[in-house]
Amino acid sequence: MFEYIQILGQEVYKILFVLVPILVSVAMIVWLDRRVWGLVQKRKGPNVVGPFGLLQTLADALKYIFKEIIIPASANKAVFVLAPIVTMTLALVAWAVIPMSEEFVLADINVGVLYLFAVSSLGVYGIIMGGWASNSKYPFLGAIRSAAQMVSYEVSIGIIIINVLLCVGSLNLKEIVLAQKDLWYVIPLFPMFVIFFISALAETNRPPFDLPEAEAELVAGYQTEYSGMMYAMFWLGEYANILLMCAMGSILFLGGWLPIIDLYPINLIPAPIWMIIKILFLFFLFALIKAIVPRYRYDQLMRLGWKIFLPFSLFYLVLTASFLFYFDKLPKGNF
Amino acid sequence: MLIHSIFFYFFSVIAIFSSLMVITSRNTVNSVFFLILDFISVGCLFIMVGAEFLGMIILIVYVGAVAVLFLFVVMMLNVAEQKQSWFIGKKSTHIPTGLIVSVLILLELLVVVGGWKYKDNVMSSSTLEYSNISNTHQLGLVMYTDYILYFQMAGIILLLSMIGAILLTFRQRKGVKKQSYFNQISRNPSSSIELKEVETNKGVKIDD
Repeated sequence: MFEYIQILGQEVYKILFVLVPILVSVAMIVWLDRRVWGLVQKRKGPNVVGPFGLLQTLADALKYIFKEIIIPASANKAVFVLAPIVTMTLALVAWAVIPMSEEFVLADINVGVLYLFAVSSLGVYGIIMGGWASNSKYPFLGAIRSAAQMVSYEVSIGIIIINVLLCVGSLNLKEIVLAQKDLWYVIPLFPMFVIFFISALAETNRPPFDLPEAEAELVAGYQTEYSGMMYAMFWLGEYANILLMCAMGSILFLGGWLPIIDLYPINLIPAPIWMIIKILFLFFLFALIKAIVPRYRYDQLMRLGWKIFLPFSLFYLVLTASFLFYFDKLPKGNF
Repeated sequence: MLIHSIFFYFFSVIAIFSSLMVITSRNTVNSVFFLILDFISVGCLFIMVGAEFLGMIILIVYVGAVAVLFLFVVMMLNVAEQKQSWFIGKKSTHIPTGLIVSVLILLELLVVVGGWKYKDNVMSSSTLEYSNISNTHQLGLVMYTDYILYFQMAGIILLLSMIGAILLTFRQRKGVKKQSYFNQISRNPSSSIELKEVETNKGVKIDD
């Protein structure tokens, strides 16, 4: 029995070692987002609290903690409280399989990609539960919109992932990165990378696809009735999801922790730093797009997902498969 | 093995409890939430016996897609609160229907499990001999060789049901103006703006 406790202790230590940096980086990333947004619009953005305003998010979080949590009288209380918890847990749980380097990964499982895909598709529930339990019109409309949007774009993300998997021949995230040692998949699969990026924007409800919280039409969508720390948990979960999508993009297309070229001065930089640079690069693009692109109309969003992305990624899947088959490059698998 | 069995009982107790709650809870939306919990714990059980691919597929397909549609339907139809209890009530037709369905399922299960014993080459496959390869590979090897016909047939049946559902709900609406992106983008000032000289007291005729 003592052994089990020891193993449990080690695991908890490892989990904390992953969770705490993620929570801190979520805080930093919110600051970066607002700062980039401000700079694009020729404002300064948050620059008062701490050096360069870096502590702004911590100050905000402190404010949220001390605010009162208000639960509407007609709400379904259990589901109402559960919704932000579900959102945040699911956003954090997915990080277990993200490899930061060849050794530094919490759970190196065989079906890593499927796990990521499953957890990100469960993310809908936090939003639906929140919207329905609020028992109010705007949250419900926002939740329905958001669920339809996330389910639609998941389909094209799934097919894009299949494209990558065809080239790798394994569902393990580590193998996917190692298969890109010679050539990052962003080069042969560039159209897929673009579609993945846009679908990731829609999947995480980021502008220009932030219809669930379109303030002109829906007040604040599914978050309308939430206050205090519960609102902050939705918000944390959302940003953790955005970071997760960036990590997924860098693993599937940008070669994960691999350096740009395997030459002497460049490959001295440790692997996790490369991973972080790539995640930050993708997030920078997310933030830029938030600042420069106007919001889509809902029917345009659905049209883009079902009538353009889905057929195109299916076509590209057939193309990739035929190319690999014709040149006899299909992965043979290691068994 | 102790930890393994603790986890097994943990997940199976949750699975049984939540499936009971699906049929007993008064609020239909809560039923769907319990159904989701049931799917998740069954997925976890699959992962525990080493069928990680099937477990993940259950999570993706049932929890990520099917249950979302269930929730949509239940929320949209506004059947949230059951007026009468499922078990108590004079003219309840739920119990006979439920009994018939469950007896049928039990019979089918008996036939399938019983048949297993007499046809022992039901699982025989040339490709299942490797035991050290991951079960995603194993499934792929069997599914696309020995069972390719059934696999494709299942796909075609799903496709047919999808087309059928679209056909049932499809109706041609008349008088709806649709936006044509191509026409909209290819407009230019020379084709859409025209300068007219307007004479006093005469007006101008505009053609569309």
